[in-house]
Amino acid sequence: MLWSALTLQLGYNATLVTIGATLLGIAAGVTGTFLYLRKRALVSDAISHATLPGVGLAFILMVLLGGDGRSLPGLLLGAAISSWIGLLCVNWLTRHTRLSEDAAIGAVLSVFFGFGIVLLTVIQSLGSGRAAGLEGFLLGATAGMLFNEALVIAVGGALTLVAVVILRRPMTLLAFDPEYAAARGINVARMDLAIMALALAVTVIGLKIVGLILIVAMLIIPPVSARFWTDRTDHMVLVSGLCGGVASWIGAAVSASAPALPTGPIIVLTSFALFVLSLLLAPRRGVLAAVIRHRRFQRRVHLRQGLLALAQGQPIYEAYTMRLLRRSGLAHADGVPTDIGKARAAKALRDETRWQLVRRDQAFESAAALYDGLRDIETVLTPDQIQEIDRRMGGPREVTP
Amino acid sequence: MSGEEFVPLSLTPLLIGILAAVACALPGNFLLLRRQALIGDAISHVVLPGIVVAFLLTGIVAAVPMMLGAAGAAVVAVLMIEAIRRLGNIEPGAAMGLTFTTLFAAGVLLLEQSDTSGVHLDVEHALYGNLESLIWLEASGWASVLDPVALSGLPPELGRVAVATLGVMAFLWIAWRPLVVSTFDEGFAQSLGMHTTGLGIAVVIVSALAAVAAFDAVGSIIVIAMFICPPAAARLMTNRLEVQIGWSVVFAVLSAVLGYVFAGYGPLWLGYDHAVSAAGMIATVSGVILALAAGFAPHRHRSGAPAL
Repeated sequence: MLWSALTLQLGYNATLVTIGATLLGIAAGVTGTFLYLRKRALVSDAISHATLPGVGLAFILMVLLGGDGRSLPGLLLGAAISSWIGLLCVNWLTRHTRLSEDAAIGAVLSVFFGFGIVLLTVIQSLGSGRAAGLEGFLLGATAGMLFNEALVIAVGGALTLVAVVILRRPMTLLAFDPEYAAARGINVARMDLAIMALALAVTVIGLKIVGLILIVAMLIIPPVSARFWTDRTDHMVLVSGLCGGVASWIGAAVSASAPALPTGPIIVLTSFALFVLSLLLAPRRGVLAAVIRHRRFQRRVHLRQGLLALAQGQPIYEAYTMRLLRRSGLAHADGVPTDIGKARAAKALRDETRWQLVRRDQAFESAAALYDGLRDIETVLTPDQIQEIDRRMGGPREVTP
Repeated sequence: MSGEEFVPLSLTPLLIGILAAVACALPGNFLLLRRQALIGDAISHVVLPGIVVAFLLTGIVAAVPMMLGAAGAAVVAVLMIEAIRRLGNIEPGAAMGLTFTTLFAAGVLLLEQSDTSGVHLDVEHALYGNLESLIWLEASGWASVLDPVALSGLPPELGRVAVATLGVMAFLWIAWRPLVVSTFDEGFAQSLGMHTTGLGIAVVIVSALAAVAAFDAVGSIIVIAMFICPPAAARLMTNRLEVQIGWSVVFAVLSAVLGYVFAGYGPLWLGYDHAVSAAGMIATVSGVILALAAGFAPHRHRSGAPAL
């Protein structure tokens, strides 16, 4: 069942929904990258909550005009208009009053959403039964979706994706250096609005699949996951789009394969699973990589300190140091160094003495700045310089009792 | 309207609405000044999974386990945000968005998967509560306010919200000085030997408690709106913290009263016979107040910014 859903063999509508969700997921991941890089990820939360009054008003208007009230394009148009107004409110509050952006976001999302709820209760009192389905916009509902609706979503997802591809260059520029972008002749304010318009398009199209409360996750989680894997924007856009697409595809398929598996939550949780994988496994910024790096560093410090202790004939009480020395064949269990251990220890001590001379001499200032107690002196100084230091240090001398 | 009708049907919802609004607006002032305004948003989303888990563990719809579950979920969310922010080096806004959507999704999924058809527990209820239904049937008029028999029939939500409001007030009163100093100048507070990190967590936990108590009675819409709108409007009225808190309480009470009245009686005035959602209307009124403040309040511009 799950397999046939994943390979798009579960009926025409389910297939169309899965394809639409995947396209939407890719578009959301790519758009979200620019939102994230502009540090405005949560603006999408205000946008998505602000869709509700639009949906309600569109429904009321269509009923008053004698229509069905549930036509998806009409509802989505209403959603787009009201969330655009919400977005302008956030921008206005941030620019013209002293309120910070997060306060503006919170105010807009709660007020618009509250007003939307008022409208929903108005609709409930208009006539029984007709409001059924509007609650679907809160959490998304793909079960029982009509063919037209699925088509709207698939086409909308594809169009958003095309728009993102066209606008990716100026958006990248804006994300990193707004001043430079302005100097290149890009209208920064308008471009910012364009990014927001794309986020809005994703939100509105995703309403029916994911629902307005969870749609922000599609814009936020994939870019955050992608950030772990790369430091380049173009790669990040690709990875983020991939994460969003895969999560939506798996989510839509899983939800189609069994009852009581709502699409939105499944997509979000799949996305979160990808995030956790990235957090743990990413090569440079991941937690696992950091732990390995830390362990390796710890090992080097312990070995170095152990060797210095051996060279000076001091006893080693640190169990971990002792274990390391024994395992690398540098010392016996009783703390007596092996022959290799003696040689390595002598070298460690000599290097340490060399470093002390280097750090005392103004001429080696730049090299001395690199001293961290672990670095091999050969990687910093040339053989000639080391010889010069050794000459100053002098060789072993006879001790007269 | 006469007391016979007002006291049983409207007095308790109105009181609960006012108390919930005040309980949220008070810590909201500090969240706003600390630029953590959206914590309220995050908390009110994660309350849902907390309640669902509490229900699945205990099998009953009772107030105490559910409030514990909600508070636990709020703490989990705060820890998760911090962990993601630190481990992944991710900006706080994105970490917050990631956390609350994931937890909310988990809550919805759990709710769909478990058999809750027999109990009153659904997402819509969690979102907009049912303030209108918290009526006081035992009351027969204003005399019942002093009647111990009738008072025992008060909706339990009223007591819980009242306790939460008192708790928030007590916290602000006890922690006032360190709270103010650390909110405006964290470095100075540290140099005075104050535990600013602990204080920051305490503010969030108190907010969470207020949110959970209010949520229980009025749903999460009001909670988010009251955390942000009254303090934000108050911020535009004054440059003094004490005055700002005063204004925020005034705005919160005003929103609750006007919102409740408009929701209950507004449609009647317009000739319809159905009331609309009180929670939604309270949020809407608080938004109107904020819009008025943003347009006309004396201190609406950034200090030093040119007058527009």
